[in-house]
Amino acid sequence: MIRVVLPPHLRTLARVTDEVAVEVDGRPTLGSVLDALEASYPVLRGTIRDHVTLKRRPFLRFFACEEDLSHERPDTPLPDAVVRGAEPFLVVGAMAGG
Amino acid sequence: MSGVRLLVGTRKGAFVLTSDGKRDKWEVNGPHFAGWEIYHLKGSPVDQNRLYASQSSGWFGQIVQRSNDGGKTWEPVGNKFAYDGVPGTHQWYDGTPHPWEFKRVWHLEPSLHDPDTVYAGVEDAALFQTTDGGQNWTELPGLRGHGSGPRWQPGAGGLCLHTILIDPSDPKRIFIAISAAGAFRSDDGAKTWQPINRGLRSEGIPNPTAEVGHCVHRIAMHRSRPRTLFMQKHWDVMRTDDGGDSWQEVSGNLPTDFGFVIDVHAHEPETIYVVPIKSDSEHFPLDGRLRVYRSRGGGNEWEALTNGLPQRDCYVNVLRDAMSVDSLDPCGVYFGTTGGQVYASANAGDSWTAVVRDLPPVISVEVQTLR
Repeated sequence: MIRVVLPPHLRTLARVTDEVAVEVDGRPTLGSVLDALEASYPVLRGTIRDHVTLKRRPFLRFFACEEDLSHERPDTPLPDAVVRGAEPFLVVGAMAGG
Repeated sequence: MSGVRLLVGTRKGAFVLTSDGKRDKWEVNGPHFAGWEIYHLKGSPVDQNRLYASQSSGWFGQIVQRSNDGGKTWEPVGNKFAYDGVPGTHQWYDGTPHPWEFKRVWHLEPSLHDPDTVYAGVEDAALFQTTDGGQNWTELPGLRGHGSGPRWQPGAGGLCLHTILIDPSDPKRIFIAISAAGAFRSDDGAKTWQPINRGLRSEGIPNPTAEVGHCVHRIAMHRSRPRTLFMQKHWDVMRTDDGGDSWQEVSGNLPTDFGFVIDVHAHEPETIYVVPIKSDSEHFPLDGRLRVYRSRGGGNEWEALTNGLPQRDCYVNVLRDAMSVDSLDPCGVYFGTTGGQVYASANAGDSWTAVVRDLPPVISVEVQTLR
């Protein structure tokens, strides 16, 4: 299971209060974790990446194991610590005021 | 027992304000969708408990919420707004071509006959429709396909389709308005469209009387006279009596004819309301005095309505979707400000009270008359 930490607004939207866990077939990648996340929580479709192009929304970032994965390709394997469940995959809203 | 329900969209959530027919005591419920921008909420005319809300965020994009119990509970429905075919380009602020990109839903207009059918006006400007209660949204491509799309340009708020009016006597006749393209009419259920901007004059475009390019801020209609429309343009208050084929200026004695909102009294089709704003570079009331202006003759002669409104040091704005009227007698008039106040008049504008004073900046106000 891959642990995923969502930003507060997406937790509210998905009606979860804490991190979530998703199951991924095969070697988990950036793209397959997001696929699994959206399959488990369809309300998140379109909120993290574009419905059609599947491009990351500009004000969101992907972090794991203190690394910025935001600009990696969708087929990039996730770090072992994330695959083992020792570390979460973080979906983070870019910092901004207002 | 009659009553009213105000649906208030703000920069940081939605609020539902309710009162009985006297409209002097209010219950405030919210925020719903706290922290999100709520550009618009609106109820179905045929099912007062069916509501729709446009929830959006620069971070997370667009969500559409639906309520089946008058706003007590909500469920997210479809949020995929994909343009039909290859979207093409419109003009950017500097006149260069810019690709059409979906940003948000500005306005939701439920069908007059079917609670599951809703039109959505979006940025970048296009008209979408759902016929299954919001689960799926499809562009009605005739509008952008009209041919003038490459000449449309964004106003300061973006290239937004913000007004949708359905003719109660002929549901196939629909009026829409876009900043900054102008007003358009369809006579065939949104299949084909024609620009209806003859008579408008706008100094901010190369040809002030061009067929498209006008920054129309809002259009209003009285259901008994669907060929008469009132318009608050960027500058100028206008009216047409031939379904938009020609417009005449009715700014008359307004102290400034810049503004955003315009609405029509529920029972008097020639009584209209505007909130004059100082200018396009100073978006607040003239002289710091918040005044609604009412014309009882369809324009030209206007009276200032000030009783209960701040008459000094007031520098708020009233955005284009932030005024609404109920259909009680006397007619109730409501508007919200960027300062977070929602003002109500239970006597057609003669006097006003603040229902709430400290909401986030108000983007939209819709009223439902509950029977």
